[in-house]
Amino acid sequence: MSVFKRDKKEEEEGGGNPYLNLDKTIVLQESRYFNQTPVNPRKCSLILTKILYLLNQGEKFTTQEATEAFFATTKLFQSKDVMLRRMVYLCIKELSTLAQDVIIVTSSLTKDMTGKEDLYRAAAIRALCSITDSTMLQAIERYMKQAIVDKNPAVSSAALVSALHLSSTAPDLVRRWANEAQEAIASDNAMVSYHALGVVAGSRKNDKLSTVKLVTRLGRSPLKSPYALCLLIRLAAQLVEDDDSDASQSYIDFIECCLRHKSEMVIYEAAHAIVNLRKTARDLAPAVSVLQLFCGSSKASLRLAGARTLARLTAKHPTAVAACAVDLENLISDPNRSVATLAVTTLLATGAESSVDRLMKQISSFVSEISDEFKIVVVRAIRRLCTKFPRKHQSLAAFLAGMLRDEGGLEYKAAIADAIIALVEENPEAKETGLAHLCEFIEDCEHTALAVRILHLLGREGPKSRQPSRYIRFIYNRVILESGPVRAAAVSAVAQFGAQRPELLPNIRVLLNRCQMDDEDEVRDRAIYYSAILDTSDQELINDYIVNVPKPNPVLLEKALRDHLATQPDKPFDLNAVPSEEEPKENKEAPVEIEVRKPLHESMEEMYSEQLSKIPGIERAGPIFKTNLPIDLTEAETEYRVKLLKHVYARHVVLQFECVNTLNDQILEDVHVRLEVPPEYEIKSIVPCQKLVCDKPGSVFVVVEYPCAFLDSLGTFGATLEFTVRDCDPNTGVPEPGDGYADTYPLEEFDMGCSDQIRARAAADDWDQTWERSSNAPQASDTFVLPQNNANDAAKAVCEHLGLPKAAIVGEAVKEIRGGGIFRGGAPVLVRARLVLGPEGVTMQLAARSPREDVAQLLLAAVG
Amino acid sequence: MVQTNTMEGSLFEPTLYIIKGMCILDNDGNRILAKYYDKNVLPTAKEQKAFEKNLFNKTHRANAEIIMLEGLTCVYKSNVDLFFYVMGSSHENELILQSVLNALYESVSILLRRNVEKRVLLDNLDAVMLAFDEICDGGVILDSDPGSVVSRAALRADDVPLAEQTVAQVLQSAKEQLKWSLLK
Repeated sequence: MSVFKRDKKEEEEGGGNPYLNLDKTIVLQESRYFNQTPVNPRKCSLILTKILYLLNQGEKFTTQEATEAFFATTKLFQSKDVMLRRMVYLCIKELSTLAQDVIIVTSSLTKDMTGKEDLYRAAAIRALCSITDSTMLQAIERYMKQAIVDKNPAVSSAALVSALHLSSTAPDLVRRWANEAQEAIASDNAMVSYHALGVVAGSRKNDKLSTVKLVTRLGRSPLKSPYALCLLIRLAAQLVEDDDSDASQSYIDFIECCLRHKSEMVIYEAAHAIVNLRKTARDLAPAVSVLQLFCGSSKASLRLAGARTLARLTAKHPTAVAACAVDLENLISDPNRSVATLAVTTLLATGAESSVDRLMKQISSFVSEISDEFKIVVVRAIRRLCTKFPRKHQSLAAFLAGMLRDEGGLEYKAAIADAIIALVEENPEAKETGLAHLCEFIEDCEHTALAVRILHLLGREGPKSRQPSRYIRFIYNRVILESGPVRAAAVSAVAQFGAQRPELLPNIRVLLNRCQMDDEDEVRDRAIYYSAILDTSDQELINDYIVNVPKPNPVLLEKALRDHLATQPDKPFDLNAVPSEEEPKENKEAPVEIEVRKPLHESMEEMYSEQLSKIPGIERAGPIFKTNLPIDLTEAETEYRVKLLKHVYARHVVLQFECVNTLNDQILEDVHVRLEVPPEYEIKSIVPCQKLVCDKPGSVFVVVEYPCAFLDSLGTFGATLEFTVRDCDPNTGVPEPGDGYADTYPLEEFDMGCSDQIRARAAADDWDQTWERSSNAPQASDTFVLPQNNANDAAKAVCEHLGLPKAAIVGEAVKEIRGGGIFRGGAPVLVRARLVLGPEGVTMQLAARSPREDVAQLLLAAVG
Repeated sequence: MVQTNTMEGSLFEPTLYIIKGMCILDNDGNRILAKYYDKNVLPTAKEQKAFEKNLFNKTHRANAEIIMLEGLTCVYKSNVDLFFYVMGSSHENELILQSVLNALYESVSILLRRNVEKRVLLDNLDAVMLAFDEICDGGVILDSDPGSVVSRAALRADDVPLAEQTVAQVLQSAKEQLKWSLLK
């Protein structure tokens, strides 16, 4: 009975957790016990567990503490106890990142790794590879190769996984083990063949041809491990993705075949791959029916997988998903709220107007229970509904406003605000209610960024409404109550009203005058600035500086200002020379999607501007017009890899040759490029790359001036890489004494096309008017016969030539390309092409209009 | 490389680094054991603990098996006073994660002789740590068969003195019985 009592007391104190309230210094003291002989495995194991527990709880060990613990631990190698030895390995792995001189245990671990005890060997390999570096690695290379093909699966797996980890730091070394790994793919053990496939595929990541071989070979004799099959499906899907031609049909067949595998994991993997490849609705049918089955499963993860993948499909093939409506209906009251949310939002995206109210009611019953990510999914779905069923705007806006009042993070609130803003912009009927909801929201909005955005919108849309004065009260309240940035935004918004509604001007002046007493500099400055402009009563001035202010790209503006200060600080700065902010690209995301990866929002120009600024004299070329996507001038697997970037300026082009030396026994010095330019082009200067060591990219820049006539600018360039080779030690990278020898390396030819020199975009909605308005501009037109036997392919090819996005193609039977852009130097251009499939190929009528006739002609020449 | 292709983004990535983290929490949401394998996902102990708190709050009431949280797909399973979680990228095959969770839970269950509860787990923490290590190495699934995980992680039969083992077992069963009689 007394035992029970004590138990109970302990339980109250912390669940009888012997590890609770552990003290780091005491545990480290205890580790001295490791020095005693003979070792007591039980006690030592407990102490090791305590150390590991502390580390796991996030306790910080100083380097000295970690090193002491580490060295104490190494004493335990004298014990033969299996469990204790395994704990020692674990400790070594955990402490290896914290302690110093960890390589001291290399010999002990090597001994275990080559010993007889299988339980030691696998774990010892993993521990050893976690402490070793690339120089030590060569000493154990032989053992690793043997271990990979060992008949004990644990040993083989351990060696393969360790090889995979090492391949991030020593890829060349691991590549030498590829043969052994290749052999291990055929292993009877499922995990071994999975790991082996991972290592082999990883080492061939950049070599497409051998990936093709690998997938083809393994696709024919399917692997046993479901994990390995999943990996193989991913590899195959990637190949299909990269290559749209018929050659990829065999991979698609393989993936489809996997739909009939007995493991659910593999079936899902295959269905997911098929759904995400560009396919027609008919090809999707088998995958969709599998996903449909998943939706009815008893396992929540299967239902989620099915619902999620179907949801993703709604963007591309709403009809295919609509067929699953019954299955999704069953999920809308699913106990797993993630599944329910996905089902409802998918149904909203595919369903009819009549079902909207019912589904909205369903969502509101559980919206408070779901995580922010899913709330955002719901908000996005509602936002699309607003576009789809404008008549429902009242109930949708009310729902959004309700969500806006709930608790939630910035991202969630921003998504709702976005939805309402979109509603306001798209649907004139909903404008008043939408703005009213937003006004109410900023009354207590804790997110500065969001409040600023909404104020900006109110400033833009408010003056156009019927009763502008009611918004001014909300906006002016901000000036009284909020922090600096919000007050400044409010001042700008108020000024908008003054600029656009003359009847309100006297009141606005009073408000702006009051703001001139503000504590914050920015607020005062803005108030004074706007008052001054409004006081001029010059309508044009007001329009240019308050209503329609151009917004230059901030990064490029900064650079332009720096250049200006460096070169000609006395002259006035021309703001119009800075490229203005690009229109936000149309978001083509799937309707229901939980996105984690954020694409890079840095433009090409921004990425390279720093590198370009190092070219002497580059600022004389003016602001950069465009940077084109890189093209490869060498094959993927050659000793030197060269990529070309064309940076286009108004009258010059900077050719950036980004070179990578893949040989670790050579250093290239004084690397430059011999360029053969087309006639009329002139090479201005070359910036060579001083030194190119293995795997560190370096760039050679060549500045070339364009011909005076635009029409001469199309042409082909030839290039040869010239450099001095010096041999070096592959491990240390120290060059051998003596002079190197000169060598050259031919690069592929490249073109300067029309697409390189144009900043193009697809047609906007008011295309017809734009085209009509330009009717008095010079026009060049011609008729072409294109070799393709399909109007769509032909249209794509033409778009590629002209640098137009694929979105420029419209029309079904008669394909029409509508687009426009700005040519380097600033001449605008409009293009229209009509394509018809005729008896002897596709006939195309192409017309280009531009104030500069030679630009229009150049566009035709580029296609011809 | 420069621009992320949106189409490619929707396919699963061909990688072995699938697991972002595994953890076992107690019924107050405190960490018993946790490992995170991706340097870019929850790099500091503080962020990890905050995530675990959030995860626990969202999961301890509704037993819904799977949840998507802060950009991670988390599959989970609970028993008595323990919660087992396996985390992967939200861009990952959920069923692979589920298979790893099963491996983790089953292995622990075998190691603890089916007494999956906090006290017993803490008594065998060393073996559970080894099981963690045998299931996932740096984000790569090392083994997902509970039988072989246990055989690699567990103590060998002769390791525990026979007498001690029986005493422990007797005590355990006595306690169980007492508990049941009190519950009735």
